[in-house]
Amino acid sequence: MLEYLARRILVMIPTLMVISALVFIIIQLPPGDYFTTYMNELQSQGESIDEAKIAFIKQQYGFDKSMVEQYFTWVVGMLHGDFGYSFEYSQPVSDVIGDRLLLSFIVSFTTILFTWIMAFPIGVYSAVRQYSIGDYSLTFLGFLGLATPNFLLALVLQWVAFTTFGTSIGGLMDPQYIEAGWSFDKVLSILEHLWVPVLVIGTSGTAGMIRRLRANLLDELNKQYYVTAQAKGLPPGRALMKYPLRMALNPFIADIGNLLPEIISGAAIVSIVLSLPTTGPMLLNALQSQDMYLAGSFLMCLATLTVIGTLLSDLALAALDPRIRLGGGASR
Amino acid sequence: MKHFVNDAPFDPYVAATLTPEQERYYMASQWRLMWWKLKRHRLAVVSGAFLVAVYLSIVISEMLAPYDLQSRHTDYLFAPPQSVHLFNDGDFVGPFVYGYNVSLNMEHLQWVYTDDKSRVQKLRFFCNSADYEGARYEFWNLFPMKFHVVCPAAGGQLFFLGTDRLGRDVLSRILYGARISLTVGLVGIIISFAMGLTIGGLAGYYGGMVDSVVQRIIEIIRSFPSLPLWMALSAILPVTWSPILVFAGITVILGMLDWPGLARAVRSKLLALREEDFCVAAQMMGAKPSRIIGRHLLPSFMSHLIASATLSIPSMILGETALSFLGLGLRPPITSWGVLLNEAQNINVVALYPWLMYPVVPVILIVLAFQFLGDGLRDAADPYK
Repeated sequence: MLEYLARRILVMIPTLMVISALVFIIIQLPPGDYFTTYMNELQSQGESIDEAKIAFIKQQYGFDKSMVEQYFTWVVGMLHGDFGYSFEYSQPVSDVIGDRLLLSFIVSFTTILFTWIMAFPIGVYSAVRQYSIGDYSLTFLGFLGLATPNFLLALVLQWVAFTTFGTSIGGLMDPQYIEAGWSFDKVLSILEHLWVPVLVIGTSGTAGMIRRLRANLLDELNKQYYVTAQAKGLPPGRALMKYPLRMALNPFIADIGNLLPEIISGAAIVSIVLSLPTTGPMLLNALQSQDMYLAGSFLMCLATLTVIGTLLSDLALAALDPRIRLGGGASR
Repeated sequence: MKHFVNDAPFDPYVAATLTPEQERYYMASQWRLMWWKLKRHRLAVVSGAFLVAVYLSIVISEMLAPYDLQSRHTDYLFAPPQSVHLFNDGDFVGPFVYGYNVSLNMEHLQWVYTDDKSRVQKLRFFCNSADYEGARYEFWNLFPMKFHVVCPAAGGQLFFLGTDRLGRDVLSRILYGARISLTVGLVGIIISFAMGLTIGGLAGYYGGMVDSVVQRIIEIIRSFPSLPLWMALSAILPVTWSPILVFAGITVILGMLDWPGLARAVRSKLLALREEDFCVAAQMMGAKPSRIIGRHLLPSFMSHLIASATLSIPSMILGETALSFLGLGLRPPITSWGVLLNEAQNINVVALYPWLMYPVVPVILIVLAFQFLGDGLRDAADPYK
């Protein structure tokens, strides 16, 4: 197990390096930089530009150095927890994104929980009652969840939440709690707002997971050991829980790796529509105004989160399944 | 002791002769078998037919749409959908719509539309007259024409799905938008298919170093959340580009990020197949790798690839819709479903003008159809099972 852990972590390091290089290239690719945009904007408003100030800032943030040098400054800085400087907010990036990452994490985590809680009973039901009306309608519902664009569902549900429950529109909590400290009411308010994004982001993942669980469980249900268990007179519920279900559970763990990128992408667009104070809207802004370090740090953090999530799911899977632990092969 | 004796002459080949149906089945090619198997999958066939119809419709979008794409009806801004009636006051008049009564509600600053029961406007079919606004168009931007499959009465209005904030017919815009939205998926999948085949093919055939490098790349691309990556990449496209170039750019981006799944499938199949005798034989005879991959290996699992390609078209269509919705993808005057939905970004729309959300209906239908067709193809892909 230790060897497996070590190997997985070792593989992670080059992966993260390549990702950081990719991210850096991506944020460098747009023509011009924040300052050209900024200067153009000032010029169009007829304001004067202090060339010396711009030159000073450019030098301070290393815009005059070569790409490679800039990249290494950025990466080394990140290792020290210094993510660079956000030009738009005139603050260090780490100050800007800290809260938002936390909220993003909360939303993602709740969504995964939701996905599990929904997918588990539905998947088991559709497998055990294969081709029943319930199975068909749930499958169809799942398909519909896959096919509906998230952002529209979010808009409509937000409207429903507003008209039927009187939930305030936009944000992750009622306006009066934004500046307030943590209290029971604040948590309640967050919960009240959280269900729309969680439901919307979770639908497509849930649909996929239901289908996989159903397929896996159906495979197991046709195997002889299950028939034997039934023939011995084991009560149906127990026979199901004890053997086939355990075998079919692997994807639940293994899928976190697949689920995480999906959830984070889903969260990005849904939070833009719902104007949640998570990473999505800020990333969009940063990309549009070429606030490169902010955008880069977001991309980097999201990718790192995913890589770590995949690692955790692989470890959990290895702990559960000796075939993977000993074989050391791919987990999916 | 009596025995049963069959009078018929003895035929030693009786077991080997086949009925015509059996013979047809045994002699059929792989692709024919797949077709038969697919035909049994009712939902997939219906979806396939629907998709063919929709794709054919984009050839003649101009004729199907009652109005030209850019025609504006400034007297009817945010007009709600008209419903089609058959009976007026108990008399049968055929399909018709009532005219609008327009008034301005000064309190809410909102246009209010009611049916004007006195103005019965009969629909016309296959009309070729330019007696209403927005009837003229240029077919494929080449030939000035005015033929429409369905059009309003002379001087009347026909807004099946209402109008948007500039008074443009939503239905016509959806029909025109199908052109872009549907080609994005198709062109994207061609790009991703080509990349997946080449890269996965190389990795699977050569194995070793090449394989592990490709594997790492695939892992990295898959560990990126796709939407933020799309957003970042589409932010790269210069603002100065013409909408057509942006369209090409978005398609390429969508295709470039979709190949890993396909490449992985190709690779694992190739790894298994290259050990087979027929492949070794081809190697012994001195065939080049490109020939072995192209002629011997790929055809044996092409069907699986087509199935999985079909299943990944929906994600591209949804991706384009999402990007354009955010304003990062296609831009007007190019009209795609995502661009149309961009108008529905605000919650006011849901409350006041819900008909602006109709472009989502074709998106859902197309995605579902591709999904069902893909499922059917996947089941049919291995007809010998």
